[in-house]
Amino acid sequence: MRKFKSSEITAIFALLMLAAVIVGCSGQKFGESSGSGGGGGTIRLQGTGASFPKPIYDKWVSEFGKIKPSVRIDYQSTGSGAGQKALLSKTSDFGASDDPMTDAAMAEAGTPILHIPTVLGAVVLTYNLDGVTQPINLSPQVIADIYLGNIKRWSDERLKADNPEIQFPDADILPVYRADSSGTSAVFTDFLSKTNTEWAEKVGTNKQPSWITGVGVGAKGNDGVMGQVKQTPNSIGYVELTFAKANNLPAAKVKNKAGEFVEASLTSVSEAAAGSVSSMPDDLRAQITNAEGKGAYPIASYTYILVYKEQADEARGKALVDFLFWAVTDGEKYVEDLHYAPLPKEVMEKVAVKIDSISSGGEPLRR
Amino acid sequence: MANTGTKGDKVFHAVVFAAALSIILIVAAVIAVMFQSAIPSMERFGIGFLFGREWKPAQEEFGALPFIFGTVTSSVIALILSIPVSLGIAIFLVEQAPKKLARPIAFMVELLAAIPSVVYGLWGIFVLAPLIREYIGPFLQTYVGFLPIFQGRITGIGMLTAGIILALMITPIITSVVRDVLEAVPHTQREAALALGATKWETTMIVLGNASSGIAGAVVLGLGRAVGETMAVTMVIGNSPQIVASLFEPANTIASLLAANFAEATDEMYLSALIEIGLVLFLVTFIINAFAKLLILSVASKTNAAKQG
Repeated sequence: MRKFKSSEITAIFALLMLAAVIVGCSGQKFGESSGSGGGGGTIRLQGTGASFPKPIYDKWVSEFGKIKPSVRIDYQSTGSGAGQKALLSKTSDFGASDDPMTDAAMAEAGTPILHIPTVLGAVVLTYNLDGVTQPINLSPQVIADIYLGNIKRWSDERLKADNPEIQFPDADILPVYRADSSGTSAVFTDFLSKTNTEWAEKVGTNKQPSWITGVGVGAKGNDGVMGQVKQTPNSIGYVELTFAKANNLPAAKVKNKAGEFVEASLTSVSEAAAGSVSSMPDDLRAQITNAEGKGAYPIASYTYILVYKEQADEARGKALVDFLFWAVTDGEKYVEDLHYAPLPKEVMEKVAVKIDSISSGGEPLRR
Repeated sequence: MANTGTKGDKVFHAVVFAAALSIILIVAAVIAVMFQSAIPSMERFGIGFLFGREWKPAQEEFGALPFIFGTVTSSVIALILSIPVSLGIAIFLVEQAPKKLARPIAFMVELLAAIPSVVYGLWGIFVLAPLIREYIGPFLQTYVGFLPIFQGRITGIGMLTAGIILALMITPIITSVVRDVLEAVPHTQREAALALGATKWETTMIVLGNASSGIAGAVVLGLGRAVGETMAVTMVIGNSPQIVASLFEPANTIASLLAANFAEATDEMYLSALIEIGLVLFLVTFIINAFAKLLILSVASKTNAAKQG
């Protein structure tokens, strides 16, 4: 082998320097460097997380920007898990998540994290059944059995029992589920785990549960599930209520704890939240699937904004608190237009108290 | 004068050398970072990671086998379908087509290569899947249904659909590279063969034999896209990690798994397992590439032998 020429050694050296510079730069945390250094009076806040509330958060951000032009908020929808991670790594000023953080994840932060419920969502079951025009009735047992592979055909007696007027095709059911990790799956499986012991044992509650192998197909995102269901006769899938409404998808009525088959609507979802207020824990991390109360839709959930109770930077903390308070009070008027269910009054009061407790240097930021 | 000349050459040499070196650095850096992030998963699961059949993030149980199976099978389907068509198009364009026809066809092939994969995926869901469910699947079951690979229910979503989509996606790549390779074979060879009384078929075989290493390269390029394709596959394969014989059943590939789950993987062990399966993809690509090259070279040596015999 020939020896390196001096020009080659120079080149190697230059590249190594370049690599060192790149590595050095990437080690820096952007949240801290770009943070208060914005100067000029404008405060930029970064939010990261769930994709489900993205439309309403964008609306809030743009409306809030009109009231307070000095605060600019950027919300990136990267998914609930990423939202929790962004908050923990302090690369975002607030995180957003469809499912509450676990105790273990919160402990990782070392400093208290608050859950601020913002709006309510629900999961609906949509299906592709030729000739069926009225909503079908589904009980939690039947839904679980379909996704467990115990009910294989639409002509199954258990389906007929709940739907005496509907003529089901004598065909195989193709269940469609979310292949990616998703808050929608978490809510859906939480509901089934609560109502079905076989489900709780075999599949459990998870953003990415262990689906029974050989039953159904997975699709990515709400739009993936919708595409699959729309294109495959005799299939069934679950999607977010907002998404189903926006796309006019057929949605099943689901049997609630009170034994009624309830259609998913903004009212029936708010009803589910109202029915669970008494059992809401102090930290507001509440699951409201299979809620008590008449008219409550059973597969509903809160979505949360996650913030640190103690804000490091007073000015930024103040801007964040102002935004949050405005969003859950004045901002609520934009909620229903985007097919989200608003928080019930009692919950809103609890949320306001939570926001009031956010502080900087021990001093509350809202005065 | 002469001095400045060599000085310029030295600078030029340093620049191109740096460019070549940067590739090595980049690959090394990628592998090093992936390897480092995959260590927790490697320590926990060891070699069993490669042979495990269960992928359950919720239970922290990770086995790569169904994904390796899906990646290899879908790519092989794609190659089986694509190679004859691609070679056919290229041979027609170079050896037979009149110029008037060759230009538009070549243009269309290149156009196919420019279509984003998500569009292929949409086409797969809206056109190909119903086609397979209603016509192709039942047809195959009627006539070759005794083969286990064509048995079972047909949903339109699954391994076969993914393989066909991949075949479509890699055909333009293989075609255009093979076309360039065939054009590079000196014209005198064809003239010589024809002058010796060879038929067009025999002439083409000689040309193909001489172009075989280039064709191998084309296939490897196509394979690279098939193995690494994410979006289009995710949309049509059904994302169910299982190992079954039927091509109508849903399956999953490594690239598709990564595309669907990487953004949401927050748990350290899960992330580590995903990165390790990314490393496995490296390995799988390497092995299939080597295998494809060997296969094509052995075919080439046979045609060479036939030519001499």
